[in-house]
Amino acid sequence: MADGPMRSNLPPLALHVPEPRSRPGDPVDFSDVIVPAAGSMARPDEAASPHDMRNLSFGLVRVLDDDHKAVGAWDPRLPDETLLRMLRTMALTRAFDERLYRAQRQGKTSFYMKCTGEEATSVAAAAAMQGDDMVFPSYRQQGILMWRGYALTEMINQIYSNRSDKLKGRQLPIMYSVPELSFFTISGNLATQYPQAVGWAMASAIKGDTRIASCWCGEGSTAEGDFHSAMTFASVYNAPTILNVVNNQWAISSFSGFAGAERTTFAARAIGYGIAGLRVDGNDALAVYAATRWAAERARSNKGPTLIEHFTYRAEGHSTSDDPSAYRSAQESAEWPLGDPIHRLKSHVIGLGIWDEERHAAMDLELAEMVKAATKQAEKNGVLGHGMHQPFETMFEDVFEELPWHLQEQMAQALEERAAKWPK
Amino acid sequence: MAEVMPEGAMTDAAGEDAAIKTMNMIEAINSAMHVMMERDPDVVVMGEDVGYFGGVFRCTAGLQAKFGKTRVFDTPISECGIVGVAVGMGAYGLRPVPEIQFADYIYPGIDQLISEAARLRYRSAGEFIAPITVRSPFGGGIFGGQTHSQSPESLFTHVAGLKTVIPSTPYDAKGLLISAIEDNDPVIFFEPKRIYNGPFTGYYDRPVEPWSKHAASQVPTGHYRIPLGKANIVRSGEALTILAYGTMVHVAQAVVEANGVDAEVIDLRTLLPLDIETIETSVKKTGRCLIVHEATRTSGFGAELSALVQERCFYHLEAPVERVTGFDTPYPHSLEWAYFPGPIRIGRAIAKIMKD
Repeated sequence: MADGPMRSNLPPLALHVPEPRSRPGDPVDFSDVIVPAAGSMARPDEAASPHDMRNLSFGLVRVLDDDHKAVGAWDPRLPDETLLRMLRTMALTRAFDERLYRAQRQGKTSFYMKCTGEEATSVAAAAAMQGDDMVFPSYRQQGILMWRGYALTEMINQIYSNRSDKLKGRQLPIMYSVPELSFFTISGNLATQYPQAVGWAMASAIKGDTRIASCWCGEGSTAEGDFHSAMTFASVYNAPTILNVVNNQWAISSFSGFAGAERTTFAARAIGYGIAGLRVDGNDALAVYAATRWAAERARSNKGPTLIEHFTYRAEGHSTSDDPSAYRSAQESAEWPLGDPIHRLKSHVIGLGIWDEERHAAMDLELAEMVKAATKQAEKNGVLGHGMHQPFETMFEDVFEELPWHLQEQMAQALEERAAKWPK
Repeated sequence: MAEVMPEGAMTDAAGEDAAIKTMNMIEAINSAMHVMMERDPDVVVMGEDVGYFGGVFRCTAGLQAKFGKTRVFDTPISECGIVGVAVGMGAYGLRPVPEIQFADYIYPGIDQLISEAARLRYRSAGEFIAPITVRSPFGGGIFGGQTHSQSPESLFTHVAGLKTVIPSTPYDAKGLLISAIEDNDPVIFFEPKRIYNGPFTGYYDRPVEPWSKHAASQVPTGHYRIPLGKANIVRSGEALTILAYGTMVHVAQAVVEANGVDAEVIDLRTLLPLDIETIETSVKKTGRCLIVHEATRTSGFGAELSALVQERCFYHLEAPVERVTGFDTPYPHSLEWAYFPGPIRIGRAIAKIMKD
């Protein structure tokens, strides 16, 4: 049976198992990544029929050219202060990631996830939305909180699960929840936020509200049923939603081919649902901003949902529990043809004459100090595993609005166990 | 009416709410949604075929005509999507009442229920809640075969953060559904479809009486609640305690009447939170306990009940706790009545438990 049954003279069937471009030690070849010239994609009206803009699902909206100049119809022509604020927020996000990654390595918490190289896909997207538009992020959109001005110490309290963590130490680090900034509680299960965002947007439409919803998932998670349920509902009810797919090429160790990237683009998923699809250079903050603004205006004027594929690269590991050198070539990150989003935006504003290397270096120092100060502040409230956690009884709260008898009994048991371990 | 107006039921004051109408369970469930949609503009109803058509069992009939299609609408055939958008609507501030057409179809939505709806309050420390009521017809006895007959309640009682409610009469169905919709936690509301039109006793070869001949068909047209977590003693007795819910309440009662055993029959009404007090008091009084459910036996809710009774009433027990359940097979089509835990299985269990 090892060779399979021979039934006829037909050729044997063959299973295709996708294989990435390169593995550790291999030379990197990105020649198959087609990078159209910046400014080469037409910009349709926000009310365009999805059928008339299918090419935007296969091309790549790019604004910053090789000389870091903003070109073409998608140039959002942002005021200087917006450009500099986006740059600063992206730099802050990276500084925060670097510091908290180290904190995990120092044993101050269990887990951390960086978004290095993907900062534009959350910061520029948040910049292009209204502050009260509801966002349903995945786990690599800390840039939204940075843009919306969430206190760094609150983020770090959550990462440390300390006694000041308003989520009471229940969630894995970085699974924030910030309703006052219209930021939904992060799940950790993949793509579940997709139909939820569509439902929120449907509710907003039911109520005649003006706020829209936006959600994010990775390209790997587009394989989940939730993604397709969400696309169907968004399409059926014309839900005012922006559905972002951050195609960072890697789902832990599985390259994008395991989500279907060998066959078509992720933006092209929109075509089957009859909704607008945009494929965007995710390392070009101006392109991300322009695409998000286009989709937001479309949604807000009842013209329907948009799927945006942000074509980018996960420059670091999936998380602190991951070692990407075990499955991909170390050269990939450096040779990624779309560069680094912070470097590109920085070069652009320097080219405009509104920024320079000295100010940038000073800003990086300032941000690093700011994050360090916030870290020290949060550490006063404790770090994971050092006893400065929430009281034991909080474990039983919020399972239900009211505590039923069986949880009351279990709470009493837990307190007895603690008393037995540490007699007064 | 007195015997079916259980203790703990809360009706509004007199006036038009005091009007009583004869309803079957479908009409009572429909009435609950009418009342709640009228009272609360945040209540929305959605599901497969629930809109213009009014649902395959007619539970949502007339709702779309009355409240409009942005509050009552058909959905794609996607239980994951139905529950997922309901969670998002709840986060917005709505109070969605999604219908899953058959409990057998709920599994594509189960991740959104277990990982999302059930844990939203916990993981956000109360910042986001999922005040949704998932209605779904469940149980067999209608020749529905293995895809229209299942009783998956124990999959949900096992999940921290979900409430599970199962009514057994029109009166209870309306009062419990109103409480479920008003509840700020996610509720799984399983409707025993075999008794939608009449209180089936398990004697499948005899004619079934319509609800109109049963006192519990007298349902107030207005708003009233039956609190979640409160069981109903439908028959007082001294010899034996029978714990049941849904269709099996009526089957157990019929067997008790036929056998002449002085059993106390308790309709649990809510599996979680469970009314342990009523159970404990009864079993301590009778010293014997029989648990009846239609769902498969292994890891069924009866196992939990049996363990609780043993933990709390062991020194009062005069016989081992018995379970009468469906068999651990898929629900068969042609052999439905051989599968169904009917009068013979219940009668034999009563005889066994009373012998000790």
